[in-house]
Amino acid sequence: MNIRQINAAEITSAVKKLFMDMNYHIGKDILCALETAKENETSPIGKNVLDQLLENHRIASSEEVPICQDTGMAILFVEYGDHVVIENGTFEDAVQEGVRQAYIDGYLRKSVVSDPVFERVNTKDNTPAVIYTTIVSGDKIKILGGCKGFGSENMSSIKMLTPSAGIEGVKKFIMDVVKYAGPNPCPPIVVGVGIGGTFEKAAMLAKKATLRPIDTHNPDSRYAQLEDELLDEINKTGFGPAGLGGKTTALGVNIETYPTHIAGMPVAVNICCHAARHGETEI
Amino acid sequence: MIKKIKLPLTDDVIKDLRAGDSVLLSGSVITGRDAAHKRLYELIEKGEPLPVNIEGEVIYYVGPAPAKPGHAVGPAGPTSSYRMDKYTPALLDRGLKGMIGKGARSQEVIDSMVKNGVVYFAAIGGAAALISKSIKSSEILAYEDLGTEAIYRFEVEDFPAIVVIDSFGKSVLVTS
Repeated sequence: MNIRQINAAEITSAVKKLFMDMNYHIGKDILCALETAKENETSPIGKNVLDQLLENHRIASSEEVPICQDTGMAILFVEYGDHVVIENGTFEDAVQEGVRQAYIDGYLRKSVVSDPVFERVNTKDNTPAVIYTTIVSGDKIKILGGCKGFGSENMSSIKMLTPSAGIEGVKKFIMDVVKYAGPNPCPPIVVGVGIGGTFEKAAMLAKKATLRPIDTHNPDSRYAQLEDELLDEINKTGFGPAGLGGKTTALGVNIETYPTHIAGMPVAVNICCHAARHGETEI
Repeated sequence: MIKKIKLPLTDDVIKDLRAGDSVLLSGSVITGRDAAHKRLYELIEKGEPLPVNIEGEVIYYVGPAPAKPGHAVGPAGPTSSYRMDKYTPALLDRGLKGMIGKGARSQEVIDSMVKNGVVYFAAIGGAAALISKSIKSSEILAYEDLGTEAIYRFEVEDFPAIVVIDSFGKSVLVTS
């Protein structure tokens, strides 16, 4: 395979388009799930909330305005082909510039502060984005992006379970996190679960799980079944749309896993609101 | 039935509102979220005057997105209310009469609401583009340096909300 040269500007423009599109146009997976939930919801107030969310998506998409004012912190999972060389800049700078342009030119809210504890001064362009890069073979760059609002991010949690906890321990922890979150993370939620790896790997898997379309399942049938079981269980909690009661508390549960240590079974639960904005682009 | 409510709220109107009521709010609200609350609270602690008179006001917990040209305001849905809980009783003691946000409140806030005769409304989280249609104008009142977290005055017309905790402390939120 030949070395492929990609201009930094090409990356910037692809990232800019990805983040503007994600913030205006919700994915088909979420739209379909909301439509189905509306049909099945028996609580009148819950049905009404779902109706308003669908109307909100119609407005956001047709006017190209953000679905939610919390246009999130920008997250990118990058698969970087080992035959790619960037011209006229670095990959990191090109990505951050794309995010900067999307949030400024796209009328997206700037929600990032420079220092988490002391100054907390707004960086005014929503950078820096959070970027995870994996080197793969090939001559392409594939980006999986997400805009993560913090109403739901704040409701997320991780626990270092140990092997004896078993599947029951995993289920209990996930349900505990969902119940603790209750009406706060803008239900109906999408629940991303990462199981295995190390402390940080589990959290990254959970994040990645929130970016997988909710009309897909984990390829391992045991985890796919667990996704379905948890979705049922969560929808029995009764929090309902906006936490005002009903049977639609979650739209989807996605689980991602990784091998782990003989002594461990980390479980991370990343809660995402109903405006689960995710998208992909390939350069 | 949806109740049409004029702002500012009067004590009689507040007493009539019950948890579960759907309302359309018209009139003026002020905005404020985490950073503005922290500043207001610190001024109250120090016994210093506030940059905005909050007496009789309804505060909307929101940090709007920027307005596109031709729009009065950008998408502006509610943010999670519990983050304001630490500061809220002090503001209610200062005469704030209503709050609009989303999600649960602490028992301290509910107690202070009952004591001060205050109502808490929820707007639909994540319905920001839809909600912004009912916001007719926006001006900065204080803390411009906070950007989206500044205190704004919004003129609203038929702003859709639900009474989730009424002035008697009754709640319709489903909590664990």
